[in-house]
Amino acid sequence: MLKEITLGQFFPGSSPLHKTDPRAKIILTLIYIVGIFTAKNVFAFLFVILFTLFLVAISKIPLKIILKGMKPIIYVIAFTAVINIFWTKGETPLFEFGIIRVYPEGLKFAGLMIIRIIALLAGTGVVLTYTTSPIALTDGLERLLAPLKKLKMPVHEFSMMMTIALRFIPTLIEETDKIMSAQKARGADFSQGSLINRAKALIPVMIPLFVSAFRRADDLAVAMECRCYRGDIGRTRMTELHMKPLDWLMVLVFMIFIAGIILLNIFAPGFSI
Amino acid sequence: MNDNTTPYITLRNVNFSYELEEGVKLSALKNINLDIYKGEFVAVLGHNGSGKSTLAKLLNMILTPDSGTIIVDGKDITSKDMTEDDVFDVRRHVGMVFQNPDNQLVATIVEEDIAFGCENLGIPPKEIRQRVDDALKTVGMTEFARHEPHQLSGGQKQRIAIAGIIAMLPDTIIFDESTAMLDPAGRDEVMKTISSLNRDRGITVLHITHNMSEAIEADRVIVINDGEVYMDGTPAEVFSQVEKLKSVGLDVPQVTELIWRLKKLGCPVSADALSPEAAAEALLPLLKV
Repeated sequence: MLKEITLGQFFPGSSPLHKTDPRAKIILTLIYIVGIFTAKNVFAFLFVILFTLFLVAISKIPLKIILKGMKPIIYVIAFTAVINIFWTKGETPLFEFGIIRVYPEGLKFAGLMIIRIIALLAGTGVVLTYTTSPIALTDGLERLLAPLKKLKMPVHEFSMMMTIALRFIPTLIEETDKIMSAQKARGADFSQGSLINRAKALIPVMIPLFVSAFRRADDLAVAMECRCYRGDIGRTRMTELHMKPLDWLMVLVFMIFIAGIILLNIFAPGFSI
Repeated sequence: MNDNTTPYITLRNVNFSYELEEGVKLSALKNINLDIYKGEFVAVLGHNGSGKSTLAKLLNMILTPDSGTIIVDGKDITSKDMTEDDVFDVRRHVGMVFQNPDNQLVATIVEEDIAFGCENLGIPPKEIRQRVDDALKTVGMTEFARHEPHQLSGGQKQRIAIAGIIAMLPDTIIFDESTAMLDPAGRDEVMKTISSLNRDRGITVLHITHNMSEAIEADRVIVINDGEVYMDGTPAEVFSQVEKLKSVGLDVPQVTELIWRLKKLGCPVSADALSPEAAAEALLPLLKV
């Protein structure tokens, strides 16, 4: 029953975005976010939308998956849109209803907000979360943040923790399944009763799970020591990340994106919003 | 296969005890004296709590003895001037594979996990790649290089754990009940891998086990009972002393048991057979009578 849980939103594939260096992708995502929020006029906005569609297209992630990923955010979008509509003040109200006054500026802000949030989710999704495996993401982050090691920041330790957590999630899910079956065989009922009773029924699952997790941690620590682990000291990596032509091409594409937005902001001021 | 005359691992008067609480000590190993030679395949038998796992953990410095001397490859690892680098050098030479395959894999991708030990040793990336590929080939898991550990069977996971040790190019590998949690098929896979490592690569193997039929495959069997070396000899020597083994509650391989019982009943069986084939050979003349 717990088997369907997938880790993150990674969608395996072999598109150019999948193949891009994770370090590059993290930085490009930041550039993209900055781009979205610097767009100031109609053309720049259209350019953002087109560019996002272009990213979705080259990622080869089915549109359905991306839309599904936005579902939980719909309420947030709707809520912020409503707030923008009613709380933005302008010159002449579009219509009045008691104390509620809706100005055209409010509608405009709400519209822009929706576009920004959707573009943000779709764009960062296809560049980073859908096309990068959690492990590549952790690895990329560790290497990007490597300079912080000089400031005594535990970058390596943090990334090791992430790796081990990712490694043990399936193991612990499997174990939860086993313990639940064992408790069911002893008459535990997880699917009936009030919410409180159901939560109580989970206690006999959580306790053995925690005990076993600590035992595993202990075993793993000894096994890691046997394999000469001593933190970051003198450690090398099997896979070295090198920027390939594809990575530079991606950087160029994003540079064009940000340059395009700046140019459109400057040269089409008449349409500014 | 004792081709060397100087032992690779030597233990002299080694004592070890666990401190249960302040002042209360549980003696786990008492006055152990052992010599293990390069290229030997040694099976270590004993009950739960007999001290056999403790013995293993002393050899790669996970634990340090209360008293006594342990020499590995000519180096006294119990001496006071062992630096941290020396400790890691010992661990590189004496690898260890544990019981639960799940609890010793670190990375989410098979080949990354095999590389883990080499990465810790600071080996250049190109050489790690080479070693990982070799190790994968040795354990016959090349096609699973990019798999995630949780997609593999117990036997396969254990072979990956072994590959992770092989990649560090150790002289000795200690298997601490590495077959205990596996199903018969997985056990078979792992045993084949272990004996080929010993045969083809000349790696000294210390195989701690409960399983008598696995002990038969070794060159030498050491029985640990109550923290002491109880018996030490070839499988034939050890398993021929059926009564001595039974008196400490240990079993003998099924065929040995069969022949022993027949002998007790007065059957003129000649050999102390260890394998089913040898037993069949010994019994066949009797049936023809």
